Amino acid sequence: MYKIAVKTDSLVTPGINACQGCALELIMRNVLDVLGRDTVLIIPPGCSAMFSGSGIESGVKVAGIQGNLENSAAIACGVARGFKNQGNTHTKVVAFTGDGGTVDIGLQALSGAMERNENILYICYDNEAYMNTGVQGSSSTPAGAATTTTTPAGKLGRSKDLMRIVMAHDVPYAASAFVANLPDLRRKVRRAGDTQGTSVLHIHSPCPTGWGYHSSKSIELAMEAVQSGAWLLFEFAEGRLQLNREPGKLGEIDAYVNGQKRFRGFTQAQREQLKKDIITRYRTMNAGMQT
Amino acid sequence: MPVKMLDGNGAAVEAVRLVRPGVIAAYPITPQSSIAEHLADEVAGGRIKAEYIRVESEHSAMSVCLGAQLTGVRAVTATSSVGLALMHEVCGMTSGCRLPMVMHVVNRSLAAPWSLWCDHSDTMAERDSGWLQFYAGTVQDVLDLYLAGIRISEHPDVLTPSMICQDGFFLSHSMQKVDVPEDSAAFGFVGQYRRQNMYLDPEDPIFVNDLTPTDDYGEMRYQQMVGFRNAAAVAEEVFAEFQRRFGRRLETVRPYMLEDAEVAVVTMGSMSGTARYVVDQLRAQGIRAGALQIVMYRPFPAGAVARVLGQIPVIGVVDRSAGLGAVCPPTCTEVAAALRGKANEIRSFIGGLAGRDISNHSFERIFADLLAIRAGKRDTHCQWFDLRANPMDIRVLSGEEDAECIK
Repeated sequence: MYKIAVKTDSLVTPGINACQGCALELIMRNVLDVLGRDTVLIIPPGCSAMFSGSGIESGVKVAGIQGNLENSAAIACGVARGFKNQGNTHTKVVAFTGDGGTVDIGLQALSGAMERNENILYICYDNEAYMNTGVQGSSSTPAGAATTTTTPAGKLGRSKDLMRIVMAHDVPYAASAFVANLPDLRRKVRRAGDTQGTSVLHIHSPCPTGWGYHSSKSIELAMEAVQSGAWLLFEFAEGRLQLNREPGKLGEIDAYVNGQKRFRGFTQAQREQLKKDIITRYRTMNAGMQT
Repeated sequence: MPVKMLDGNGAAVEAVRLVRPGVIAAYPITPQSSIAEHLADEVAGGRIKAEYIRVESEHSAMSVCLGAQLTGVRAVTATSSVGLALMHEVCGMTSGCRLPMVMHVVNRSLAAPWSLWCDHSDTMAERDSGWLQFYAGTVQDVLDLYLAGIRISEHPDVLTPSMICQDGFFLSHSMQKVDVPEDSAAFGFVGQYRRQNMYLDPEDPIFVNDLTPTDDYGEMRYQQMVGFRNAAAVAEEVFAEFQRRFGRRLETVRPYMLEDAEVAVVTMGSMSGTARYVVDQLRAQGIRAGALQIVMYRPFPAGAVARVLGQIPVIGVVDRSAGLGAVCPPTCTEVAAALRGKANEIRSFIGGLAGRDISNHSFERIFADLLAIRAGKRDTHCQWFDLRANPMDIRVLSGEEDAECIK
């Protein structure tokens, strides 16, 4: 018989009811493993709410609150300032939200927190749609991807670039990460946690349920996203932008896109447009590094 | 006790200073703005040792306060009108988490149409959001009810947030003489904040507000109801202690000349003094008139209302909100429910919207109507008072005026 030994000192409880192959669970386990017990989580309703739990069961072993969908950043500000007023500046206050709770309904509260440079860590796990409610499109949904609220041929128009909005606020630290390089992700979580002021992590979160691929392929898809430049890996600190990894196959999106049912209606024109957008964003970010 | 000249917003700021909050989050809105400004001054001057957060919306103001109070400090915000409406979603979070937050609300009409001026439509829209509500009649009330509200809200049998409501401009910008308690006396009354029930503490981790199944939700609402029920008795205890300490009498309802009254009006807020003035005038003419001011609207003091109004033949309830679509507007609904099964003739009067003055003449006309009903007149149950003669026909331009405008 195959014997599975489980190390049980994780701050995420065993038996979380994430979908098979969900990248979010991997992200949460690593984030809490790096930050430790002296952490307070602010989680909105959404996929990450499975960690806040249901009934008398909680999915994490740290303190936290499930707030509203749009106010994770604002609740985090209140928690951080409440602690500060009582002399506690060591507890990490972490908003852990999806793309909908960030780039759509939560952008105002996040912008306010960044402008005031509140001492919080804001993590957006980006699965590029409202997955928990049934794969409805968000402003992070990429061009051409089908959701239950876009046209069957996929989303018209482009996705919103969260990180350029974040950088426009000149936060002390912001970084993007992905699940195919966990040491890199963990390093960024540690640096964000050690930052005084607002830090923002944007983490690519492949979703087998919403994107339509086999649950064994999450890591491979994450790798394809980074190699093609569909997901850029970078850090922004003290006003300087640094690309962590050159996309080895810039604009070569076929392996990434063809593996996902959400792109099944992709036309050749849409494919060309997405390639063009990826290359343009890469060049814009590169230009940003040189100024 | 030092006496100061303060407007309602000034009294609100003094009250906040006295309870020593840890976090203040404020977003400006007329007529609340001077509260946000003066609280910033107090923090900058070191007179309040709190974190002041200049938030980007009222929604965030309430969210910041929710997070802050969960860490174990008093958290403070204040708002008006559409600002309160924007907070609505998070107000339910605060009350559902049983956080005993106390908030000043400066009453102003809801839009549309836009208005800067006072009525109660903003707080009436929150009457079922799980907050206690107290309505000040004077600037002194604003300060006193805030201190008392802290004690009532934070009582372990209540654990329910409070709104201290004051009429925009009529109180918020009206200078009156106010007894301000010494810092130590006030803080001796409210005491140090102690976290209860739910809190955020890494050393004693709780996950607050997870997805709650049907099995528990109804029971949790029931527990809130018990908190409201307890608040009525706790308010009486707290008001009695307040009177012993500060010498001023606070009441959930303020009866005036009701013992032998044949006709009476029921009021809330700044109109109440005017009602009592008119009662005095009518009494001088030998007319047995009376008035009742509702101070605590949530929980509604139905027992006290029934006790003081039960024997009065004709009662007019004045609402400063429209209660659209209801049989009668909010205050009248509550009074009618409190008096169910009794023989009183109850009439609803709606007026004073968007700051339209409720003058002594308004009450003279209302009393005249009540006296006519007492003499046998029967008419509609619900009346709008001091309306213009042509309410369906305002701002209509004739063809000629149109042509004039175009030229």
